[in-house]
Amino acid sequence: MPGVTRLSVRNIRKSFGSHEVLKGISLDAEDGDVISLLGASGSGKSTFLRCINLLETATDGEIFVDGEQIRMVRKNGQSRPESQKQVDHIRSELGMVFQSFNLWSHMTILQNVIEGPVHVLKRPKAECIAEAEALLDKVGIADKRHAYPAHLSGGQQQRAAIARALAMKPKVMLFDEPTSALDPELVGEVLRVMRALAEEGMTMLVVTHEMSFARNVSNRVVFMRQGLVDSSGTPDDMFGSGASPAFRQFIGHFGGEQ
Amino acid sequence: MATLELLGFGQNGWGALLLVATLMTLAVTATALLIGAVLGTLVATAKLSGNVLLVGLGNVYTTVFRGVPELLIIYLIYFGGSSAVTAVGQWLGYEGFLGLPSFAAGALAVGIISGSYQAEVYRGAYLAIAKGELEAASAIGMNRMLRLRRVVMPQVLRYAIPGLGNVWQLTLKDSALISVTGLAELMRTSQVAAGSTRQYFLFYIVGGVLYLLLTSFSDRVFNRAERRANRSMPAAAMGQA
Repeated sequence: MPGVTRLSVRNIRKSFGSHEVLKGISLDAEDGDVISLLGASGSGKSTFLRCINLLETATDGEIFVDGEQIRMVRKNGQSRPESQKQVDHIRSELGMVFQSFNLWSHMTILQNVIEGPVHVLKRPKAECIAEAEALLDKVGIADKRHAYPAHLSGGQQQRAAIARALAMKPKVMLFDEPTSALDPELVGEVLRVMRALAEEGMTMLVVTHEMSFARNVSNRVVFMRQGLVDSSGTPDDMFGSGASPAFRQFIGHFGGEQ
Repeated sequence: MATLELLGFGQNGWGALLLVATLMTLAVTATALLIGAVLGTLVATAKLSGNVLLVGLGNVYTTVFRGVPELLIIYLIYFGGSSAVTAVGQWLGYEGFLGLPSFAAGALAVGIISGSYQAEVYRGAYLAIAKGELEAASAIGMNRMLRLRRVVMPQVLRYAIPGLGNVWQLTLKDSALISVTGLAELMRTSQVAAGSTRQYFLFYIVGGVLYLLLTSFSDRVFNRAERRANRSMPAAAMGQA
């Protein structure tokens, strides 16, 4: 459903102690949007992503997921969610993929993928297993379903982690540098899965250093700098003549020809 | 021949009593371990809570019960507890000495000590869980209880097994001290048999062998559990099992 706003973030601020990491960031994602968040390390892009599903609690600002606002209250000058139950619910609607995969090491790949649907969404197990096997097939690791995470390569683990997030049928997928911990030869297999997802119309927010992904897969690029959005636009605009000086300098570090 | 008869199950044999005593040792150790598991979990939770008061209480517990001789704790609980009960009895008009049941008092005393060691085992096991896995559990929408049940507990158990094997051995040997309360466990029965037959060497050696049998058997059980729990570990770690 294009035109439906899946995620709306207004004026997010975040401070660690006296250090303000996010200085007021806003962003809307409509259904099917694939947004790449770029920026140097320390620009706050990961923190921003983690504020969306409340792994970090923003100091200020509003977050709407599929129109539902996360209710916040102020206590002793600190902002915190009014209802943990609502937070858990919102989180179940947001798929998160971490840089370090974070698969549950005591469960097999299949157990990892059905864990959320069975225990958080309380859906029938047989149904979840069937769906999980289809997902594992889709990300190309169906033959590893009974293996434990420690016995898989990084690329396979990350694809399993994507399947785990997809099993929740999320409204939006959040990717936090999904290929940064991978050996170079394993990056491609993960990016291919992400590209296929984008083509299916999944709404995605991707913190990444992969310029080719930002340029060729996403439909919007947001460049963050010192806790603010420096510039944003379509890949053509951003990588073309319309680039801000700061962004031009930033992509210069990546060799430019990407 | 006389030796065989003494150890046999006949009229003059101590076999049946030794067997029962061995089972009693197992029973009192298992009970103590369970009591210790409950106390250890509570103390470990307190120490991990971050609350200054709870952390302090947890530290006092582990420092005191690991730092005081086991025998003293047993005396304290059995005799101290008994005189407390007797005092209450007198207040209620009952004349005479009221003893605590020696099984319960002994299991409690050894359980309290076992709990101080188990607390450290559980705390270390919790800290071994990858932080990212806890974060992934939250991110998928698990509430605290579900996360505890599905992600934290299974991994704490997995990481705790080697340490628990050690604690079980310690607890098994500590249970010999319960003999001072008169409970007819392996130590006490060996003592009585040795004393009444004057065969000190024989019965203390047999007692020792029975303890060794118990410990080596439980060692096997723990090794097997460890191998099972390590299925999910990287190949390098599996080689050590």
